Amino acid sequence: MPADMRARLGQTELPNLVLAAAGCAGAGRELAQFIDVARVGALISKSIMAEPHTGNPAPRLAETPSGLLNSVGLQNPGIDAFLQRDLPWLLSRGARVVVSIAGQTIREYAGLAARLSDTAGVTAIEVNLSCPNAEDAGQPFALDPQRAGSVIAAVRGSARYDIPVFAKLSPDVTDIVAVASACVASGADGLSLINTMLGMVIDPVTVRPMLAGRYGGLSGPAIRPVAVRCVWQVRAAFPAVPIIGTGGVRTGRDALELLLAGASMIAVGTEIMHDPSACSRVLKELEEELAALGADRAADVTGQAHGTHGRFSRGPASQARRHSVDGTM
Amino acid sequence: MAPVQIRGTVLTLRRVDAYHALTLVAPAIATKFRPGQFITIAVGGPETSMLGRRAFAVHDVRPDHGGTVEFVFEARGPGTRWLASLRARDVLDTVGPLGRPFPIPRDPLSCLLLGVGYGSAPLFALAARLKERGCSIDYLLGAQSADRVFGALTARRNGRSAAVATTDGSFGARGPVTALMEQIIREARTDVIYASAPVPVLREVTAIASRYDIPVQASVDVPMACGTGVCMGCVLPVTGTDGITRIVRSCVDGPVFRADLIRWDDIGTIPFDALGAPGWKPAESRYAG
Repeated sequence: MPADMRARLGQTELPNLVLAAAGCAGAGRELAQFIDVARVGALISKSIMAEPHTGNPAPRLAETPSGLLNSVGLQNPGIDAFLQRDLPWLLSRGARVVVSIAGQTIREYAGLAARLSDTAGVTAIEVNLSCPNAEDAGQPFALDPQRAGSVIAAVRGSARYDIPVFAKLSPDVTDIVAVASACVASGADGLSLINTMLGMVIDPVTVRPMLAGRYGGLSGPAIRPVAVRCVWQVRAAFPAVPIIGTGGVRTGRDALELLLAGASMIAVGTEIMHDPSACSRVLKELEEELAALGADRAADVTGQAHGTHGRFSRGPASQARRHSVDGTM
Repeated sequence: MAPVQIRGTVLTLRRVDAYHALTLVAPAIATKFRPGQFITIAVGGPETSMLGRRAFAVHDVRPDHGGTVEFVFEARGPGTRWLASLRARDVLDTVGPLGRPFPIPRDPLSCLLLGVGYGSAPLFALAARLKERGCSIDYLLGAQSADRVFGALTARRNGRSAAVATTDGSFGARGPVTALMEQIIREARTDVIYASAPVPVLREVTAIASRYDIPVQASVDVPMACGTGVCMGCVLPVTGTDGITRIVRSCVDGPVFRADLIRWDDIGTIPFDALGAPGWKPAESRYAG
């Protein structure tokens, strides 16, 4: 029997725990040409701001080994267009929508949360804390526990009580547990780990940075071990806080790895650009991985890599047992 | 017509001068294709470290084997070198047909088809459609050198006229294609120009055509990473018919644009008056955040 893939996100039961990560699924329409968006666990919108935002000039993308470096710069249509055009379309297709929000001030974040609270059909709010803080010389909120906590407190204070607030954290910090701790203390209902890592590519022909924005966010399988480490550390510190694990998930095996580290949901990001049907493929592969583990419910494997005796193991320990039973050792 | 993601089988891979032409068995794409559209290919095999899909304008579709799709490329990076190393029966993760095709006029017009390098590849399927409408076709092809002019023979066979210009003078006139343009426009009484070339050439073509009041449909060659609109990488500033400039994706809003709507001088920048630019202000602030 296939494993139970359902997950709970606040008041909403998701049919499965494989989500589409923020900024990687467009407005949903792009993916709907290839997959049924109603069968994605939930679609996390691109980060929405109070006003339309052009983002950065091109070139915005560079391919790196097993990664993509981007400086799109939060191009988005603004909350009005999102609520008028994108959200209704997604809901009409039966999708569950997590709205990622970004702001340049704490007030902007709080205002966005208030707008979303007046709207039906918002499954959760994901707070993109990697937006430059206009009041702190453009330093992203995510890099400072106190500032990250202030944003989350403001969003939690403005959002309707039944809409869960997830804080999306940056791995570009010395101590991600400290930022997670500040967010949880400020009322975050869950955490999304991880956002992209700051990187840079220089073109040896033009001898200039490849991206117009000079630096960019690195994503893709290149950063997966970083995501696994961050999820692990935060799970160890806050075992009761739900985590959306994201960062370089390409296959069901990668998704399983993040679940074992402590995620209760996973989001597929950059791989969607490489394979537009990645969400449904990863879900199918994860079902196979769980079946091979003998897990009845996906929820049962969350955090199972912690501790000395995992409930599920296909590793040397179980092989040794089988061998000894067979008398071949 | 909605694109599909399929596993296309390599039928043939052949050298065409400096380029390669790869033909895939891909019936679901071939039947939906309209000239000017493109496909994307995942390169490097299942464990690839190259995450960007490679986008190629479709050169030709044929009905054999249920439907084949051919594209032309130059092996100049690790992804295209991998493609050039494929053999018949290899299988490729293929998505298409993607993007806005060349619009086809209702009336029999005099059409100039201008292509530079392997950028001319999508023009021949277009020519076939235009001929169905009774259009007359003049070709103007160009490249760095003779081995980089794509399709000159086909152009000579099918076109009312076919002119060639190369930078080094090894084929046709020496110099840029744009140097021959005005003479052709006048002699052929060109009604519309279809152009597929690097951005600087398209910009020049648009400027010349505007002096003669001739509309240009331009297929832009902007690097893409996904081809489906999610990566937001292939953007350029384009003015809408409402007069508002937006930063649009060439993969979904293009690759074919009405050339007079592209802000050629502002490519690679965010114009200050683009919707949502840093200095941009909404007509009235609806949001007091």
